[in-house]
Amino acid sequence: MLLEVRDLYVEFHTREGVAKAVNGVNYSVAEGETLAVLGESGSGKSVTAQAVMGILDMPPGKIAGGEILFKDQDLLKLRPDERRKIRGQEMAMIFQDALSSLNPVLTVGEQLGEMFVVHRGMSRKDAKAKAVELMDRVRIPAAKERVGQYPHQFSGGMRQRIMIAMAMALEPSLIIADEPTTALDVTVQAQVMDLLAELQRELNMGLILITHDLGVVADVADKIAVMYAGRIVETAPVHEIYKAPAHPYTKGLLQSIPRLDQKGRELYAIKGLPPNLTRIPPGCAFNPRCPMAQDVCRSDVPPLYEVDEQRRSACHFWKETLDAR
Amino acid sequence: MHADRDRSAGTGEGAVGSTLLSKAREDAAAPYTEGDPILQVRDLAKHYPLTQGILFKRQIGAVRAVDGVDFDLYAGETLGIVGESGCGKSTVAKMLVHLERPTAGAIRYKGEDISKLSGRALKAVRRNIQMVFQDPYTSLNPRMTVGDIIGEPYEIHPEVAPKGSRRQKVQDLLDVVGLNPEYINRYPHQFSGGQRQRIGIARGLALNPEIIVADEPVSALDVSVQAQVVNLLDRLQAEFNLSFVFIAHDLSIVRHISDRVGVMYLGRIVEIGSDAEIYDHPTHPYTQALLSAVPVPDPTAREHRERIILHGDVPSPANIPSGCRFRTRCWKAQERCELEVPLLAVPAEFRLVDTPARHDSACHFAEEKHVVPTEAELEIPGPAEAPGDGEAPGDGEASEAGEDETP
Ligand SMILES: Nc1ncnc2c1ncn2[C@@H]1O[C@H](COP(=O)(O)OP(=O)(O)OP(=O)(O)O)[C@@H](O)[C@H]1O
Ligand SMILES: Nc1ncnc2c1ncn2[C@@H]1O[C@H](COP(=O)(O)OP(=O)(O)OP(=O)(O)O)[C@@H](O)[C@H]1O
Ligand code: SF4
Ligand code: SF4
Ligand SMILES: [Mg+2]
Ligand SMILES: [Mg+2]
Repeated sequence: MLLEVRDLYVEFHTREGVAKAVNGVNYSVAEGETLAVLGESGSGKSVTAQAVMGILDMPPGKIAGGEILFKDQDLLKLRPDERRKIRGQEMAMIFQDALSSLNPVLTVGEQLGEMFVVHRGMSRKDAKAKAVELMDRVRIPAAKERVGQYPHQFSGGMRQRIMIAMAMALEPSLIIADEPTTALDVTVQAQVMDLLAELQRELNMGLILITHDLGVVADVADKIAVMYAGRIVETAPVHEIYKAPAHPYTKGLLQSIPRLDQKGRELYAIKGLPPNLTRIPPGCAFNPRCPMAQDVCRSDVPPLYEVDEQRRSACHFWKETLDAR
Repeated sequence: MHADRDRSAGTGEGAVGSTLLSKAREDAAAPYTEGDPILQVRDLAKHYPLTQGILFKRQIGAVRAVDGVDFDLYAGETLGIVGESGCGKSTVAKMLVHLERPTAGAIRYKGEDISKLSGRALKAVRRNIQMVFQDPYTSLNPRMTVGDIIGEPYEIHPEVAPKGSRRQKVQDLLDVVGLNPEYINRYPHQFSGGQRQRIGIARGLALNPEIIVADEPVSALDVSVQAQVVNLLDRLQAEFNLSFVFIAHDLSIVRHISDRVGVMYLGRIVEIGSDAEIYDHPTHPYTQALLSAVPVPDPTAREHRERIILHGDVPSPANIPSGCRFRTRCWKAQERCELEVPLLAVPAEFRLVDTPARHDSACHFAEEKHVVPTEAELEIPGPAEAPGDGEAPGDGEASEAGEDETP
């Protein structure tokens, strides 16, 4: 396994109390595989990713338990300089907002070239040639002329492609893309996702795609991990989960989205809101909103049950959920 | 020239005939009778001047944000407007509610052009057309209580609710949108995103408008909360016989909520028709590309779909291409497209045939293309009805469940 996150816990110490942002996350990605992490706002998707990348805000954040195995070594046990080296060369991250993650006062070429100067010891001149090559590769038209331009001179879709170029510059084995297309229009989103998938295939990278869009997930993922209140509540290969979800939250999400191919009636709406992370309800965190909740759900935290070899569901009633479709 | 609502239902008069008829109606500016569109937008434009120089500002061009938009809105219907960022959707919305003055064109409300009104005449009409904004986080004043926010329109239109009755009216509105009337003295930060959007909707309803212009009202919300608000809008429309102009970039939501849909590109509507005409029988290349790019929440769609990937970026509205404004990205573009502006009308090849492709489309080479995979082609069944357990998909209950989330 390329990356395996085991029983990860992250807390934030805030004035309101301890916010339990990540409460025992388990997921894994193999080489060449795409894992989609799906969840609503505040469910802990980004915080988990930041912990994996080693860019968590500490304090106020604190890793309260777990392991992050990358190529079989626990990243949490590495020295800071070892960690930095892996972060620079072997894993890279793409953020939602390319404009604020690119440096506004450096040209795009300087930022792309920097990677080769720092990590590969290249000369400025060679690095610039590399930058042009990368821009070509992510299909920025007239790359040679535009290599000297600043980030604000590019459109949103182009900036996101430049971010992709930067992430793959050193050919890492793992890329984490945190809502890479959320800020983009659908036609541009299609361009960017296409590009990402193509490069992933070429380089046989592991890809963790963080998103709240069930459509994007269905389009590109091999498997899905659904997060709710800091936990993975269901993980499964992509076809299975859409056909027959084994957790009521996943099921509710799938039913609450309108369809493109028909007008449809009233939408199913999951009642209520996700919990405040400083006051997660006892038992199953989803119980106040769950149409299937029983007494046991209010007292016992459901373990991650094994549905079959490849599927897990954190629901006491996963069997009933599967059957009730 | 404009979509005739009943046309998809069957025969009716030929499109040419109906074009002439509607032209005649326009020219006469006939008095409003029931069944006419409640709102008629004609050739609406908003150009922002581009200037140079500090002391002596010279105009060197214009941003043609909206550049000739036509549509009709009928009483009780929802017209969806879709299009990518920057195509002018919000600018159209702002002109409809008089937050921006049109550079040209007409906005006829019940037959009367309201775009040039001012003073008391304007005030009287404005009441009937209200807006709900996208961002539930920034569109509400953080220092005002919810009661003051929802009741604010009564300061300008005291005739709707005399002083003594206002508190009760505001509480009724809170109830209507599924919020606890006791929240009247709370502040916006004490509510979740979905609840804030409800507050915005309650405010939009305060003056009993006939038309609500909603600019991306659910775009900032999470999937589960989005469904709650969409259902609320559906319910309110039926309850108050509201007409909606619903602006969004999410094509699935637009289909769900709209009776008719207009597709905008670079300041113009390029195709307009009933939801089935646009989604199942699109004839404009841009609509086809847009629809084909929407990710469908079903992994089996991967094998069944042809993706039309558009190349290049949308041109700047300060520099719109000649002829067809879509030609720089259109895979079908030919010389004619550069020379001749395609008008928004039923394309000649469909004019005399009875087909859902017979709707307005601004393309010289319009043709049908199937781009949205249908249920039969997919594996996943349609959205289930509300699951058992007597769990109504209602939203009133939903907001109650969220109560303890607000401090
Ligand atoms: N630096 C921080 N300080 C305090 N709390 C934080 C910090 N970063 C994240 N959190 C909290 O951790 C929780 C999980 O946040 P996270 O960003 O992982 O959510 P997410 O699933 O990525 O949501 P979104 O879809 O909105 O990006 C949130 O409640 C958030 O408020
Ligand atoms: N006050 C202004 N001055 C100059 N240009 C403007 C002004 N307001 C809007 N524009 C431009 O007009 C065009 C249309 O803007 P508008 O906000 O209507 O787009 P939109 O379709 O609502 O986009 P989005 O989906 O991003 O909200 C854009 O190119 C925008 O930059
Ligand atoms: S454990 Fe109980 S409350 Fe939680 S999802 Fe399953 S049925 Fe619902
Ligand atoms: S008129 Fe020409 S350029 Fe425009 S959409 Fe039709 S084919 Fe494409
Ligand atoms: Mg996030
Ligand atoms: Mg807008």
